Amino acid sequence: MTDARLSGEKLTLAYDKRTIAQNLTVAIPDGSFTVIVGPNACGKSTLLRALSRVLTPKDGAVLLDGERISAWPAKRLARTLGLLPQSSIAPDGITVTDLVARGRYPHQGLLRQWSREDERVVAESMDATGVGALADRYVDELSGGQRQRVWIAMALAQQTPILLLDEPTTFLDIAHQIEVLDLCADLHEQGRTVVAVLHDLNHAARYATHLVALHDGRLVAEGAPGDVVTAELVESVFGMPCRVIDDPETGTPLVVPAARRKAVA
Amino acid sequence: MSVLRAGDLSVRFRPRALTVGAACLAVAAALAVVAIGSGDFPLTPAQVVEILLGGGAPSDAFIVKELRLPRVVTGLAVGAALGLGGAVFQSLVRNPLGSPDILGFTQGASSGVLVTIVVFGGGGAAVAFGAIGGGIVTGLVIMALTGRHGLHGQRLILIGIGIAAILTGVNGYLLTQAQIIDAARAFLWLAGSLNGRGWSDVVPLLIALALIVPFLVLAAARPMRMLEMGDDAAQGLGIGVERVRMGVLVAAVLAIALAAAAAGPVNFVALVAPQLARRLTRAPGPNLVPSMLMGAALLMAADLIGQRAFAGTQLPVGVVTGLIGGGYLVWLLVTERKSGRI
Repeated sequence: MTDARLSGEKLTLAYDKRTIAQNLTVAIPDGSFTVIVGPNACGKSTLLRALSRVLTPKDGAVLLDGERISAWPAKRLARTLGLLPQSSIAPDGITVTDLVARGRYPHQGLLRQWSREDERVVAESMDATGVGALADRYVDELSGGQRQRVWIAMALAQQTPILLLDEPTTFLDIAHQIEVLDLCADLHEQGRTVVAVLHDLNHAARYATHLVALHDGRLVAEGAPGDVVTAELVESVFGMPCRVIDDPETGTPLVVPAARRKAVA
Repeated sequence: MSVLRAGDLSVRFRPRALTVGAACLAVAAALAVVAIGSGDFPLTPAQVVEILLGGGAPSDAFIVKELRLPRVVTGLAVGAALGLGGAVFQSLVRNPLGSPDILGFTQGASSGVLVTIVVFGGGGAAVAFGAIGGGIVTGLVIMALTGRHGLHGQRLILIGIGIAAILTGVNGYLLTQAQIIDAARAFLWLAGSLNGRGWSDVVPLLIALALIVPFLVLAAARPMRMLEMGDDAAQGLGIGVERVRMGVLVAAVLAIALAAAAAGPVNFVALVAPQLARRLTRAPGPNLVPSMLMGAALLMAADLIGQRAFAGTQLPVGVVTGLIGGGYLVWLLVTERKSGRI
């Protein structure tokens, strides 16, 4: 097994009394683009929330660099591990630059509010995500795809070696989904460990270097998409008969749901 | 935004917010000077300023410093505390309706004061402690009712409106149980008035502000700004969400409760001041300092209107803010409804 700075050991995850996962052990390989997949309510977002310390496990521990994540000082953790939550609120009347600049918070202090380094990183992050031209626009007036790229720019400005993204493509149309995923792949290629929760199995298979498949809070498979995504696995996890063929573009697995009736001629 | 840098140190600020704050401060100071100069024994603004700087005739100085200054300082401090507390609440709740007078905190502080006056016959410092106790108990009840849904969102506002209504009933009941002398004192206090305020009324509030303002402005303002993006996003940026929220909530409840203890429940300043300040600064974030100075200016203006506008009668400041602020609330509810936030 490869090295993993971030891992969850025997996690029991629950909201109040509703248990989502029990005895779940998972490791995020360093330098991977790990995608967590599974049917609705299988616990994939919950797992990501636990890995980012937003949710405290009922039992077990999330380890980062061999230390319990709960013991990390908050700001130091935020310099190591960035999180793009599923729903964030853009404050009223905030500009793109100001929102991206908030990603610098863990690097700042009362008397170090805006260093030249902050300025440089914010400009770089906006360029990397293609929102540089929107710098002075208000976030409320952007399209969904632009807004998502702004949030990713904010997470990028945090300059963390590990980046966790919770369903970054939800609510986007297909072109913007691919745009955001290409951006994530770029971030991964630049050397970051990227972990994302995705709904679309085909997107996951195309972009991930490491897949984690969950079902009912249990880990059912993990590994390279080519090994994990098989017709048997998809049927057992999603309860959907299908064929798995090679993606004509990338050669990665492509899930084609079985037809229940013949196409209308 | 502008930056001041010296070596490794850097401070960031918005010139516009600075201008707005300075303008509010100037207005509040000017209104204070006018208020001190007005009354049965009028003084010109120049005379007032001269006396405040240590000059003037001894008899005039007595009128200014002993009789009128305490009232004006009380007004400024109460307005500042309400503006600041309101800004904190609205930022935490992430909704312009999340103001302490709508959520029941002002009413809770009133209950605490009424219990102190009616049941224990207390005054002065006891009233201040009563207000704090009432505010904190209200907070605990609201937290118990919102449960894990947390201190934000529509649910909190609806629960708060219910609590406020119940507490208004409790306050009415407490008044019916009072001895006639206590009831008269309680009524005077309940109208929200600056009449006859002395140094002893305002000192607890001034001490609290001296501690709360630096804490909120220097330590809490930046984390609060991050919290406005949602709990998960704030936590991802390294904010200890619960710790920050509890800290600023306690500070804001103290400010609101002590303001109520000093001047009675003055409604709507906490609701209106942060929103006016935000409109003027056009800046996201809690706008703490502009809101605080705006609150002071608004309260002084309302008090002057109450004293001067109606010949022959003096209205308590709480009545003036209620009349004006009520109209504002109706307008706010309509616009919030249109934008789909309630």
